[in-house]
Order: sequence, then structure tokens, then C-alpha cells
Amino acid sequence: MGQKVLMKGNEAIAEAAIKNGCLHFFGYPITPQTEISEYMAKRMPKVGGLCLQAESEVAAINMVMGAAASGTRVMTSSSSPGISLKSEGISYIVGCDLPCVIVNVQRGGPGLGGIQPSQADYYQATKANGHGDLHLFVVAPASVQEMASLTGLAFDVADKYRTPAMILADGALGQMMEPVDFAVEEKTDLPEKTWAANGHGGKRNKNIINSLFMDPNDLENSIKARFARYAEIEANETRWEELMVDDADIVIVAYGITSRICKTAINAARAKGIKVGLIRPITLWPFPKAPLAKAAETAKHFLVCELNMGQMVDDVKVAIDCARPVSFYGRTGGVMPSAEEVLAEIEKIAGGLAK
Amino acid sequence: MIVFDKPKALSNVPLHYCPGCTHGIVHRLVAEALDALDITDRTVGVAPVGCSVFAYNYFECDMIQAAHGRAPAVATGVKRTHPDTIVFTYQGDGDLAAIGTAETVHSATRGENITIIFINNAIYGMTGGQMAPTTLPGQVTTTSPYGRDPKIQGNPVRVCEMLSTLDGVAYAERVSVDSPKNINNAKKAIKKAFQNQIDGKGFSIVEVLSTCPTNWGMSPADSLEWLRQNMMPHYPLGVYKDIDAKKEEN
Amino acid sequence: MTTKILLAGFGGQGILFAGKQLAKTAMYSDLQVSWLPSYGPEMRGGAANCSVIISEEEIGSPIVTAPDVLIALNLPSFDKFEPAIVPGGLLIADSTLIAKESTRTDIRICRIPATGLASENGLDGFANVIILGQLLKQTGIFEYQKFLDLMIGGIPAAKAALIEKNKRALEIGYNYEA
Repeated sequence: MGQKVLMKGNEAIAEAAIKNGCLHFFGYPITPQTEISEYMAKRMPKVGGLCLQAESEVAAINMVMGAAASGTRVMTSSSSPGISLKSEGISYIVGCDLPCVIVNVQRGGPGLGGIQPSQADYYQATKANGHGDLHLFVVAPASVQEMASLTGLAFDVADKYRTPAMILADGALGQMMEPVDFAVEEKTDLPEKTWAANGHGGKRNKNIINSLFMDPNDLENSIKARFARYAEIEANETRWEELMVDDADIVIVAYGITSRICKTAINAARAKGIKVGLIRPITLWPFPKAPLAKAAETAKHFLVCELNMGQMVDDVKVAIDCARPVSFYGRTGGVMPSAEEVLAEIEKIAGGLAK
Repeated sequence: MIVFDKPKALSNVPLHYCPGCTHGIVHRLVAEALDALDITDRTVGVAPVGCSVFAYNYFECDMIQAAHGRAPAVATGVKRTHPDTIVFTYQGDGDLAAIGTAETVHSATRGENITIIFINNAIYGMTGGQMAPTTLPGQVTTTSPYGRDPKIQGNPVRVCEMLSTLDGVAYAERVSVDSPKNINNAKKAIKKAFQNQIDGKGFSIVEVLSTCPTNWGMSPADSLEWLRQNMMPHYPLGVYKDIDAKKEEN
Repeated sequence: MTTKILLAGFGGQGILFAGKQLAKTAMYSDLQVSWLPSYGPEMRGGAANCSVIISEEEIGSPIVTAPDVLIALNLPSFDKFEPAIVPGGLLIADSTLIAKESTRTDIRICRIPATGLASENGLDGFANVIILGQLLKQTGIFEYQKFLDLMIGGIPAAKAALIEKNKRALEIGYNYEA
């Protein structure tokens, strides 16, 4: 274990990216993720890298596309409204099978919304991050430590499977400070980027980075090939955390900052003798269906908690094949629930189960 | 002995362009510049959305196909992470001067060391003859069926004039491919725009006045005459900016 | 053992800085710690507060709604958070800025004229550090010297005057008999 440093979540993402060999960053300022750009602007020149402030989110994601297309480890970051602007570029990046990391430090929406923490981009991140048949590898850190370690994972999965990866955080994680250890494992199994467009040097055939297929059969085949890789990602890269699920009557499903609030509520509920546990998806796509299905064999009730109006509920229902009731508790618009509010919801459900 | 041969940098595949379209000429000029400067093996081209969307099939260098209007941003990403490559975009008027205006202006003002080949044919060709940002006042298109009225559809944009005001621009020239003499000038301009990049001088753009016989509804020969009669007065040929101009005069 | 500290006042009073010093010392004491600011569009002058949780165990929610310790540096913060202090908890209020007194009998109350002490001693802008000194005394949460060393450790030697001011402010705060 390395030396711990006290850092904001946003800064931890930036430093982790650099430590994982990402020396190029293209971004545009937006609250509450601006610290990422600022950190990059300060650090990149000192490590021989580049931080370029683009004229727009649209330009930034396309600079990322150019950098990724030429074989560079590259990242961009934004917050919710900016991610909407990036979604065109994200779709092209998927269509071209390019690896890169996109950070969304979510704020409240829709529209300009607010600047307080939110998880209201769950649908966007997991279902519709651009047009077309596509997925992103989506991780949801729940601590400043995970802001760093999952950044490393996002880069590695992106490179391994030639897919963009998204770090779906929120304003609270971005702004809060916790001790973080930047230990990076040496990666040796990542494939060489022989497909990159960076000048063939007369040594190979030309590379074409392209998402256009005029023959629908060709397009279908390219999508099926990509979905075969998605299946590998599902098999190999799905991650979650379980807490006291084995004997739980009630299983809370929560990710990111909300899972932290739920842990406090769960400890308080356990102290009152209520058997409640937590399944925390660490990857939102792929979604950890297996542990949920297993928990449904013994648990009586599932409670989804999010900072939105219940966007993950359907995924949980599908994962457990609607075998148990699934209810929702959350706050939205930038409001964070207290652990006491979640505890009250747990007690309400426990009361219902006892009847 | 003079041998007329296909440039090495031009791929050995049939182009998809319509009869009489000038894209083929400009492709050839780009390929000739890559050959002359011997840079194909370290060049990355960025294709647009529009008629030249398939440009990635036509050049023997590495190619990237960009989203509509975003080619200069993609080119920025390549050039900034691989400064030793030679990066060019090949864009039409809708791509460069409408949907991609911000990317064009800001890559220019940042002084990105890239080369842009800009085809101005005053119309959207790929989608079948709609109004372009460069469509002339009075010009009939499918989306300006009564002729472009500046009071309704606004005025056309003069790209070289606009970009020449920006500090980051090293070179901006408007050429035409309507005659052997003008093609020769265009060839020199395109080569210079690549040479500038090799020399690290910064943003270079060559705007090429081009024809679209299919969507203009004219024969190729009439199109060339229409270009001379209508486009050239509105879009005068010439060098709008050249940071070397003074040196050359001496 | 978990200590939940809420620091609240105006932006510009060094609330976030003070919280960060607590968090840093906790980290170097091998404790778990979280530091969560409430952030707004304004950089100065608006309401500012910061939750610091120090624990021997993994920290769940980083939000402090019921503080063990409330540091109140202005009246709105006092009004808003004083009722939320847990029974048996501690209130440290800057009595220069908060004339109102707590009527609670189930908490420890410590009133220190931090802003006044700062100006009397030529330490304008260091009321936050004075408060930290009093916090160390009231809670014994960290060893005085360790806290001081970590606080001034990050200041470059060229800014010796700044180091000296921090030292004096912490000392004045610690020695004040509330």
C-alpha cells in the first residue's frame, strides 16, 4: 500500500488518470467537475502531457475521438448538461470502437437543472449515451478512493475491449475529500493498438477509423461483433459489493454516494434488529444481475435508493425477474436524503413485512 | 518525358462522385501534394460528413471518419497527441461553415498546426441540393425554392475572409478548379498548406470553389461557367492571409 | 468511535480550511475521515458549511445532519444547526459574531470570541484557527503538537510570517478559558 493523500474526488480522478498513463485531457468547465480540468491544467505540463480547454463539450469529445483514434490514452470530463452535448461524439466513438474514458460528475437536471449532487443521468449512462445500439462500460464510485481506483479500471477495460468507459460520479463525490491511495498495478495484458490511425510509416496497410457502413449487413455484423465483446465484458468485468445480504429480509440496492447513506441507515436498522442488507452495483453497465437474482431467493423485499425518481428500479426488477416486490426511495433535483430518512423507509417496509 | 500517372497517395478504387463533380480533381491535388512532399506514410486524414464522406477510401494514408462538422476537433486530437503526424481535414461547406463553424473558428484561432481543404460548392450535395451556408443570394435550392433571400434565409458566409482576421491562421487562400490555370494555382496552394504544417507554421486552409452539376441542374461545362459568373464575384479568388507573404515579396 | 463535526459560517471565514486541517490530522492518525463541503455558486460571502466525520470504522454517509460537534461562526449557522446537535454534544460558537446564547441544557456550550481575539492580536482572518485551538482543548481529539505540525507543514518556509500567525492563533484559541 502506498502513501495516502487527502484529496477531493474530482482531483483523485485526475491524478489517477495521470498515474494510469493518461497524458491527454480535453475538457470544458462546468460545475461541479471543474476541479478535474483545473487539476489537469496544473499537472499535465509537469508530466509532459497536455490539457486543452476546448471551445465546447462537442469539440472536447471529438478531440478525444481524434486522440483515441490515433492510439492515445485520453479522457474528458463534464457534468450532466455537458454529457448531453458529448453524446453525439460518444456514439461515434463507440461506432469506431475507440477506447477512452468519459467522466460525468452528475448534477441535477433536466435542462440547466442545478449544481447539487444527483444521479439523474442513470438512464442516459446505462441506456442511451448516444444514438444507436450501444453500451458504455459504466462504473459508479462510492468513495474518493474508488474515484481513483475505478478510473484505473475504466482505462484498462476501455483498452482491453476497445470501448469507451464512463465514470458516473456525482457532485458530492467530486467535491468531498477522503484519504486516497494511488497505487497502480502494472498492466501487461493490454492489447497493442495496431488499429490506430497515426501514420502507417510504410510498414503496414492504412488504418481506417470509421463508423459508416452503407450495407446494412455490414453494419449489423459490426454491431454483433461489438455485442460479442459486450458479452465478454458482462462475463469478466461486472462488479458489485454485498453487505449483510445473506440473512436480509430487505435488500437495498444503491450505488455511488447514495450507497454510503444507505450503509449508515442499514447499520442503524440492524441495531434495531431489522435484517437489512445492501447490494451496491459498482458497474452500472454491465449491471450485476446475478447477486440480485441470488438475493431474491431469500430476501422478501428490495428497496432501490437513488438521487433521482427511480431510474434503476426496472433493472432491479428484471434482474430478479419480478420475484419480489421492489420499491423506491430517493430524493432528486440535488437534494440528498439523510440516513434517517432512509432508515424511516426501512422501518416502514419492515413494519409491512411483519404484518 | 512527361508521364501522366495516378498519384501514389490516391487509392486505386473508383471514386463515387457524380459526373463532372470537381471533388475528383481536388482529391488528386491533395494526393499529389502528399506525394510531392513524401508524407503519406505519416499523414492522417479526417473525412467529413457530406459528399466526401467516403474520402477515407480514397487516400493511401491512415484515415478517420468524423461526425458532421467535427473534423477540425478530431484533427486537433490527433495532432496534439501525435505532433509528428501530418493531419488534414477535407470538408464541404455544410460541414465546415454551418454545423462545424465553432470547430473551424476555434481550431483556426488556436492556430492548430493542421491543413484544411475546404470544398465550397454553394450547396448540400449528399442530401440532394439543399441550401448551404455558402449558397448565393438568389440561388435556388430545394430548401430555398424561390431563391435564397437574405432577409429570410440570411446571408452566405465568406470563410477565408472571416478566418483571415484570426491570429492563429498562418495561411488562407481561395482557389478554383474551373480551368487548367486555376487548377495549377490550386495545386500550389494545397501543397503550400501542407508544407506550412511540415514547417510548423500553424493553421492553413485552402478554400476550393467547386461545382455540383447534379444539384445545380446543369451540365459540367455549364457548371464551370456558372461558377465563374456567379461564385467568383461573390467569393473572389486570392490569398487572404499568408504569414510568409512579406518574406516572399523580398 | 465516530465523531461527526459540522463547521458552518460565511464563505471566506476559512470554514473549509479548518475542516481540512481536521481531516488531514485524522488521516495521519490512521483514522478514517471524510470531508464534505456544501458548495454553491458563490465563492465568497454566501453560506458555507462543511461536514467532517472522523472514525475508526468505515464511514457511511459523509453528510453530518446531527453533529457531535458544531462549530458555528455566524448567527444563521447557529440558528440552523444548534438544535441538531446530538445530546451530550458540543457547541463551539464565535461569541463575537453570535450574541444569541443557546438555551439547550443537554449539550456542552463553549463560547469563544474568536473574531475579537483575532483582531486584538493582529490576526485578522485567523478566527478559524483560534476556534480550532479551542476545539482541540475541548475535545482532545488530536494531540496539539501533531495538529500544529500538520497545519503549518504545508506552508512554504518563505511564508514564515504565515506560519507564525497560524501558530499564535492556535495557541490563543487553545489557551482561552471559555
